[in-house]
Amino acid sequence: MNVASASASARSRQQAAGHITALRAVAAAEWTKIWTVRSTLLTLLLTLALGAGLGYLVGAGVAGGFTHMTPQQQETFDPLFATFYSLTLGQLPLVVFGVLLVGTEYTSGTIKVSLAAVPRRGLFYGGKALAGLLTALCTSVVTVAATFFAAQAGLGPYATSLGAEGVPQAVVGACLYLTLICVFAMGVAAMLRGSTGPLAILLPLLFLGSQGLGNVPGLKKVTQYLPDQVAAVIMHLAGPPGDPRFSRDFDAWTGMGILGLWVVLALAGGYLVLRRRDA
Amino acid sequence: MTAVDDLSFTVGPGHVTGFLGPNGAGKSTTMRMMLGLDHPTAGRVLIDGEPYRSLSEPLRRVGAMLEASAVHGGRSAYNHLLWLARTNRIPGTRVREVLETVGLEDVAGKHVRSFSLGMTQRLGIAAALLGDPPVLLLDEPVNGLDPEGVLWIRNLLKGLAAEGRVVFVSSHLMSEMALTAERLVVIGRGRLLADTTVRRFVEDNSRSHVRIRTPEPERMRDVLTAAGIRVEQAVDGALEAHETEAARLGELAAANGLTVHEVSTQRASLEEAFMRLTGGDVEYRARGDAEHLAGGHVEHRAGGGRR
Repeated sequence: MNVASASASARSRQQAAGHITALRAVAAAEWTKIWTVRSTLLTLLLTLALGAGLGYLVGAGVAGGFTHMTPQQQETFDPLFATFYSLTLGQLPLVVFGVLLVGTEYTSGTIKVSLAAVPRRGLFYGGKALAGLLTALCTSVVTVAATFFAAQAGLGPYATSLGAEGVPQAVVGACLYLTLICVFAMGVAAMLRGSTGPLAILLPLLFLGSQGLGNVPGLKKVTQYLPDQVAAVIMHLAGPPGDPRFSRDFDAWTGMGILGLWVVLALAGGYLVLRRRDA
Repeated sequence: MTAVDDLSFTVGPGHVTGFLGPNGAGKSTTMRMMLGLDHPTAGRVLIDGEPYRSLSEPLRRVGAMLEASAVHGGRSAYNHLLWLARTNRIPGTRVREVLETVGLEDVAGKHVRSFSLGMTQRLGIAAALLGDPPVLLLDEPVNGLDPEGVLWIRNLLKGLAAEGRVVFVSSHLMSEMALTAERLVVIGRGRLLADTTVRRFVEDNSRSHVRIRTPEPERMRDVLTAAGIRVEQAVDGALEAHETEAARLGELAAANGLTVHEVSTQRASLEEAFMRLTGGDVEYRARGDAEHLAGGHVEHRAGGGRR
């Protein structure tokens, strides 16, 4: 190795270290932004309350009606459906959180201050996404755990346990899903540069999703690929397993892969808009 | 529509430079381009030879206040400055310092949405000072301030310049800049009209005349005209002599035995000089013309200056 290439590699190492320091600073700033507005605590607590609270109620409801089910229904009964169903509503405040995280930059005009302080668009966007992702991940883990145990308490004798077959995968899938749908919402808000538009699109879509949008005959061919529907398999929300009406054309992890694709597309779209448009 | 066209100037340290132009002249757009918030179609703005967008920790190089109202209302003043400090790894202790500098330490914990226009403006200035930068860019900093606040900011800006900083301040008020700035950059319709000192600007642009009041205006007029001096009658009956000096008129009056009640040099006000300079360039007259209303988004961009 000659001197020139040695110094070049030292320089690129130094540059990389500088990038990491900068990213850490921006993520810390975004973290501060997140925790210094009231809407954050409100949306995140609501996510937890809806998930766990409805989880218990759904569990208790299903348990109470179990004896009235047909023998066939009893046979295909999946406690995980009753466990995670509440998350289809519990995700809504988390999505609102993701949208507001990016959208209020535009609605309040803070984006100008942000970009004047962090003029490198990629650095700003990366720091924001990282802080949002970490917040969403922590919230998701807590919410999924609370929801799981609340639902099992509600289900009583029909409850399942963490060690049962398929449960660990569903729990991990639920944590990933909640985190990713929140990041997806951030990307959509970055593309639309605001809060109202993204909320007007995402909330009805996700609400309809909870009502079985992915199972509508005819529409299913397309709707099963929507970002919330692709995670229904891993979370056991697509319907009783083995029933062709509710089955998906893909398996659990393929579904999560498709969700990952959605998230990457939304984030990339948001980044392009941020880079191209004047602030 | 072109908001800013072929605009080129250099701003130096040690004094306040006023950036003047009528509303809609392109002041805000220029400042936004300096911060990399708007893309110029051609050309570039360099800060110490680097484009703003490639600066790391730019708050330590350039402190800017574009729209003071661009703050999340649900965040406290302290927290607003805290996150901003963190982006550029500025220590949190600096937040308290700048809050004291702008006199907001007592309301540091209050939500910004409860702030008056003047307080928001002070917060914007605190944000600009956060990184202790050698260059300050402030867009209309006196807007919305009460007389006390205007005086405060005037002294603050002069003090910051005296410390050897570049202080670049936009305004549409010539009279304010005359009191604060030493140098002036004047634009109209996005073009450079003047890049000079306040003193030179005044001398070049304010036509001065000498006012004479006398009980014998007819004779005085004849005497002055005979001496080759252009004279006009003012509305109140006094005479206005152009392109001459008070001493010469006094001498002429004495030599001709004329009684004089007043001989005084009158300078057209700065505001008048400014109006004359930019007169042809006022973009938004009472009757907006269709050509300029057409380019909706760009006009909006230039709109910051109209507030």
